[in-house]
Amino acid sequence: MTTLEVRDVTKVYKLRSGFRSADLRAVDGVSFALEPGRTTALVGQSGSGKSTVAKMLMHLERPTSGRILVDGAPVGRGRRAEVAYRRRVQMVFQDPFGSLNPYHSVGHHLERPVRLHHPGLGDAEVRERVLALLRRVRLDPAEDYAQRRPHELSGGQRQRVAIARALAPEPGILVADEPVSMLDVSIRLGVLNLLASLQEEDDLGVLYITHDLATARHFSDEILVMHRGTIVERGPADDVILRPQHDYTKTLRAASPDPERRLAELS
Amino acid sequence: MTAATQAVVPPAGTARPPVLSIEGLSITYQTATPVHAVRDVSLELGRGEVLGLAGESGCGKSTLAYGVTRLLKPPAEVTAGSVEFHSREGYALDVMRMDGEELRQFRWSKISMVFQGAMNSLNPVKKVRDQLDDVLTTHRPGMSKAQRRVLCGELLERVGVDRNRLTAYPHELSGGMRQRVMIAMAMALDPQVMIMDEPTTALDVVVQREILQEIARLRDELGFAVMFITHDLPLLLEISDRIAVMREGRVVELADALTLYTSPQHEYTRTLLSSFPSLTGERGGFVRHGSRAVPAGAPTRHDAEHDTVEERA
Repeated sequence: MTTLEVRDVTKVYKLRSGFRSADLRAVDGVSFALEPGRTTALVGQSGSGKSTVAKMLMHLERPTSGRILVDGAPVGRGRRAEVAYRRRVQMVFQDPFGSLNPYHSVGHHLERPVRLHHPGLGDAEVRERVLALLRRVRLDPAEDYAQRRPHELSGGQRQRVAIARALAPEPGILVADEPVSMLDVSIRLGVLNLLASLQEEDDLGVLYITHDLATARHFSDEILVMHRGTIVERGPADDVILRPQHDYTKTLRAASPDPERRLAELS
Repeated sequence: MTAATQAVVPPAGTARPPVLSIEGLSITYQTATPVHAVRDVSLELGRGEVLGLAGESGCGKSTLAYGVTRLLKPPAEVTAGSVEFHSREGYALDVMRMDGEELRQFRWSKISMVFQGAMNSLNPVKKVRDQLDDVLTTHRPGMSKAQRRVLCGELLERVGVDRNRLTAYPHELSGGMRQRVMIAMAMALDPQVMIMDEPTTALDVVVQREILQEIARLRDELGFAVMFITHDLPLLLEISDRIAVMREGRVVELADALTLYTSPQHEYTRTLLSSFPSLTGERGGFVRHGSRAVPAGAPTRHDAEHDTVEERA
């Protein structure tokens, strides 16, 4: 059980062109909290800063100002604090074709985080955990999948491996950056449903980053709409999508494919 | 065309002459175990029509597009069928029989393509102008440099990119702008058919919407036909006149957008449709377990609407 709180976080990138430099406020005063068992969706256009938020949550970028708190306490510096943090906060990336090493077997991909985060385990226990992880993401028979290499799996299966890998350290928070946008449409729902049930089993707090308003609405409890680095609207999922208040949310909604609208025009 | 199609596009739909006729096309990848990527596909693309081609990866939709433009390389082989192109000047071309110079002339000036991930197919070390110019120097050798320069500017403006971006390198443009440049390039020779293979998949929704509107406007203006290939069925339902659903190399259903959405006949079409949760409607196949207990005092907005909905997908 982990609560992750982002408090008034700002990230400024310096842009240089020749001798001039300009500031780009990629993220500007963003605050939200991820709580056990709840899914928060972060929606917005490319360039709105949603991935910068993810990077800061994963400690791949340092906030220029503001704080990220785990269970109310700030995260320390140094490798030890970093490892402890990563044990609690894990990420699923967008591209399952790029996030798995083609050279290593599926088993190897899962073994490493298990060993890293549970140093005391023997080989047999590690193996047992790896197989259990594969079964949890519905890759059965697990023994068979553990031997395979990424190229022998479909996109959906790879993303399941990526999810299993993220779950290996038994985190409390999962950051999923467009986890299904590169998958085939007919399996997207399956992967999202898998995430939802894993979330329930482990009481995970999930940050679901997407530009797809329809899945954001159905998959999450709360939606944050991001535009140019700030959160312009937030609220319960249905409220934000069905009764958008901010102009930008309305723009986003108007841009999303909605066959019902065409249907109304045609008939 | 069916009676329903006429209802969709009342003025043009009834008397839309074909610009491209595909008859019983089969394409096989002659590998150790031959893969029949396209099986006996017959489609007709009307002049100025937007035909959507929907299907998942591996269903053969891209192979079909490559086959139509004769871009297939071994081991892919067209094993049967014909593709006929009816030019607006009134003559017909047998695409499968063309070769050499004739084929080179045909490609891009009659049929052009916007490929999947096209925005990454721009040459990173050449300016946008040089790349647009390249199309014109190759296909319109008679044009003077000044004419080409003016036309390049016009092409960019047509797709909503400022003329002064001509001197930019691809990395100086956003993804959406690069995709627009590719569309401009595909339109450079005023083609009668444009094949768009997932042209907006890598872009975000707002940019996608802008580009789709741009394509629709240009279609109305210039009258080219579009074969729009994507897996995004809701998108196709919005922009297409007719939609063909492909699976395992076959067209399993072909209908106008309205009919396909309201009364899908094939089981697979229904599966595809149900894979997309509705933006404003019911949850469909989503497993949501609703919000759980939240620690007291936590800064959150608990919403009562998200009650437990437990449905199995």
